[in-house]
Amino acid sequence: MAGKVKWVTDIEKSVLINNFEKRGWIQVTDTEDWNFYWMSIQTIRNVFSVDTGYRLSDDQMVNHFPNHYELTRKDLMIKNIKRYRKELEKEGSPLAEKDENGKYIYLDFVPVTFMLPADYNLFVEEFRKSPSSTWIMKPCGKAQGKGIFLINKLSQIKKWSRDSRTSTFVAASSGKEAYVISLYIDNPLLIGGKKFDLRLYVLVTTYRPLKCYMYKLGFCRFCTVKYTPSTSELDNMFVHLTNVAIQKHGDDYNHVHGGKWTVSNLRLYLESTRGKEVTSRLFDQIHWIMVQSLKAVAPVMNNDKHCFECYGYDIIIDDKLKPWLIEVNASPSLTSSTANDRILKYNLINDTLNIVIPNGDIPDCRWNRSPPREALGNYQVLYDEEQALSENAERDLRSRSGQSLGSKGTKGGAGPRPTAATWK
Amino acid sequence: MDEGTELSLTISQIVQRLKGSHLHSQIERQAKECLHQPEIKLESLKEDVRNFLKTSGWERKLQNAVYRELHIQLPPSHPAAPPEHLKEPLAYMRKAQASWEKRILKSLNSMCTELGVPLARMRPAVEQKELTNKWNEMGTDEPDLSRFRPVYAPKDFLEVLIGLRNPNYDCSDEISSRSHWGLIQVPLNVRDIPQMREAYSELSLTTGQLGIDDNTHIHPDLFESEYVQIGKKVVLEQDTAAAQQYSRQGCPTGLRADLWALILNSTNQPQDVMHYEQLKAGVIQHDLLVDNLIYKDVKLTASNDDYYFVFEDYLYQVLLCFSRDTAVLEHFSYNSATPPKSYIQGKVGVEECAVVYPPNGVIPFHGFSMYVAPLCFLYNEPSKLYTVFREMYIRYFFRLHSISSSPSGIVSLCLQFERLLQTHLPQLFYHLRQIEAQPLRIAFKWMVRAFSGYLSTDQLLLLWDRILGYNSLEIVAVLAAAVFAFRAENLMEVTSLAAAEAVLADLSTLKVMPLIQIFLFATAI
Repeated sequence: MAGKVKWVTDIEKSVLINNFEKRGWIQVTDTEDWNFYWMSIQTIRNVFSVDTGYRLSDDQMVNHFPNHYELTRKDLMIKNIKRYRKELEKEGSPLAEKDENGKYIYLDFVPVTFMLPADYNLFVEEFRKSPSSTWIMKPCGKAQGKGIFLINKLSQIKKWSRDSRTSTFVAASSGKEAYVISLYIDNPLLIGGKKFDLRLYVLVTTYRPLKCYMYKLGFCRFCTVKYTPSTSELDNMFVHLTNVAIQKHGDDYNHVHGGKWTVSNLRLYLESTRGKEVTSRLFDQIHWIMVQSLKAVAPVMNNDKHCFECYGYDIIIDDKLKPWLIEVNASPSLTSSTANDRILKYNLINDTLNIVIPNGDIPDCRWNRSPPREALGNYQVLYDEEQALSENAERDLRSRSGQSLGSKGTKGGAGPRPTAATWK
Repeated sequence: MDEGTELSLTISQIVQRLKGSHLHSQIERQAKECLHQPEIKLESLKEDVRNFLKTSGWERKLQNAVYRELHIQLPPSHPAAPPEHLKEPLAYMRKAQASWEKRILKSLNSMCTELGVPLARMRPAVEQKELTNKWNEMGTDEPDLSRFRPVYAPKDFLEVLIGLRNPNYDCSDEISSRSHWGLIQVPLNVRDIPQMREAYSELSLTTGQLGIDDNTHIHPDLFESEYVQIGKKVVLEQDTAAAQQYSRQGCPTGLRADLWALILNSTNQPQDVMHYEQLKAGVIQHDLLVDNLIYKDVKLTASNDDYYFVFEDYLYQVLLCFSRDTAVLEHFSYNSATPPKSYIQGKVGVEECAVVYPPNGVIPFHGFSMYVAPLCFLYNEPSKLYTVFREMYIRYFFRLHSISSSPSGIVSLCLQFERLLQTHLPQLFYHLRQIEAQPLRIAFKWMVRAFSGYLSTDQLLLLWDRILGYNSLEIVAVLAAAVFAFRAENLMEVTSLAAAEAVLADLSTLKVMPLIQIFLFATAI
């Protein structure tokens, strides 16, 4: 194709710029004609806002969906997941099945969460059911661990609400300083006695039909301070939060590994100490969580054809090897804390670009969104709604004609149906 | 000595060693208790008790224990041989080891004096309590260790090995194609490739292999699925010999922890847990100078390692206990090394006041903690981790830092490595030698640690599977040579030691089994 891609970014990160330059693309400013704009979430708001927004042409692509916050703001994600569950229940879907305690068997993957101040009464009711539990308060619109604190007494929340009534609750009406309060996972899986969370990357190229890819090279982020669930430590944020942005302030922060451990290390450790079956089940469940969270927001997402998005999923695993979705980031950090981190993020952008801008040519937003397998790099297909529908149709056809299906081998992780086993 | 006499000698030695062991008393008790069972008849008493011990699994346990004894301590070649021959039959090796020990001990003692730190001291009660509380998070402690330095590093040890000479052997010949081009100048018998092909037949190109044939592109039905099934059976049967044979083709990740424990006969019995707790109490009571060395070593190595930093606290929990474990002393009957002795203050030279220091007789050196680190991926219970590590140490790792003629000893491994290179990659060897980049100067650090800290953990465990499977460290030397072969093209282009080191700096992307297999079975001979 003629011409070179003209790119803009408002995020001055070398992992981005090196990738653009490697492709021979040309840097322009946002006032010139551009084809590809890797932008912050502040900028995307302007691009699609009613007042200042402008029409994107067919040869322009951006790295966010207009209303990505339906997934990436903590309160909205919860709201959408709750709605999704109710809808499935209404349809009588087997996915919405509940156990004897009234808990969803397949859809209970976010810790119990309430919006504050809106759901305050509901929260108090839940709090009284298990008064010894710890809850975590997070501002809805902030990232990197900012504004987060833990509480384990109702009086603490009352005090917070009194203090903030004058300041924050005013802003709350504008939706900016609303909080979510979630049940704190107090039985996290510990490795070497340390708490960690998982950062995994998921690329979405379209929501309707849903096509998403999972990046194989995620990592675990470790607390540098030992985990003790005792409440006296509640104030020591380093113990509880694994965000590197916070951990970097800890005295023990190590600049060689940055407290990061690859997912392949985690898999090796779990398979070695707990066995292959439970480990595979855990990773299947993680994939399942990601797909379900995306399905939950798909109906409300503005599926603009100029958009794609690479999300940072934060997941905590508990000591029963159950994964919990904590939050989804729209702008996962592209800052590199270590040499390995830099390589990972460079490759993440590289593989993302290979999928969304096939061959590095000038984009055409009407592209078919079915990259060949060799273009996937370290991504693997997480879910392809189109393909799933056609496979289901095929299966119906075959089962009607009386053919048996036969197992297809058990090797998980490879090939295009890594998670098929879990959501049949 | 004919075979029959040798066998009966071995048997009587093993019987001697197992007598009075915990297993012995357990089996005795079981035999007594079974007398109350109806199927035990007086007229066929001996037979019935034997049958009972067989069906209840005690015979298997005895077999495993016998198997362990056979692996650990070979009987002396002649009944009249003095015990020092069991440690090391060659006098010049014994002498070299003794003078090396003297050097280490001197360096340890001078550090002691210099820093004014006692070798050992009782901790005051407050400190004991403090340590008890933070036992699980010793890594958060940041003592000032700047004044401590490792007693020695692998490269100091290499210099000693280079200086080794057999007084009965003249190696002053001019360099020729027949002389040895390497740094190790002692004549030891090491195997060549044809001999190794025989010994390592399970690694041949036609045998299924974990680390090769479990690649994602290969359908699991071809090899992996069935192999894993066999592995499960081996674990179920609790048979040490079968587990060891199985490990030669590699252990599946999910079964490795069990299989290794079985091969090592580390069953983690209640008494093992108790033993560990006693050692822990010892750590809490007394502060040793070597603790600082261990601390320093972990901070310098594992704490900065992408794979192992997570396990920092476990390493302290294992290594501090290890230094106090006097059960480790037993292995000195077949180790060329002799535990260092210190004297109670003011009684220097008085033999009755001599004590082994540290209590286990092993002075840690720079990188020592890397022997433990990979095991943390397999065992998340400290006492189990400890038991397996100790067994690995007294079977294999001690040989990597003592001077001996054993085929698994570091001297043989060095020589083996150099011979393989000289024979099969003469051009490369010659080139590196010309630019003063002796291959052993690069490979030595890998071999001293059995590659721990150099390979990715999954690959390292595949390598150690074979160490356990063949009950030998020889494979380590083969891998070192295979790495050079793999990077030969790049190495031929370098013109300095630094450049050669740069080519070989990162081994974390290597796949060990294909390298070993190709080197052993696809090299032209």
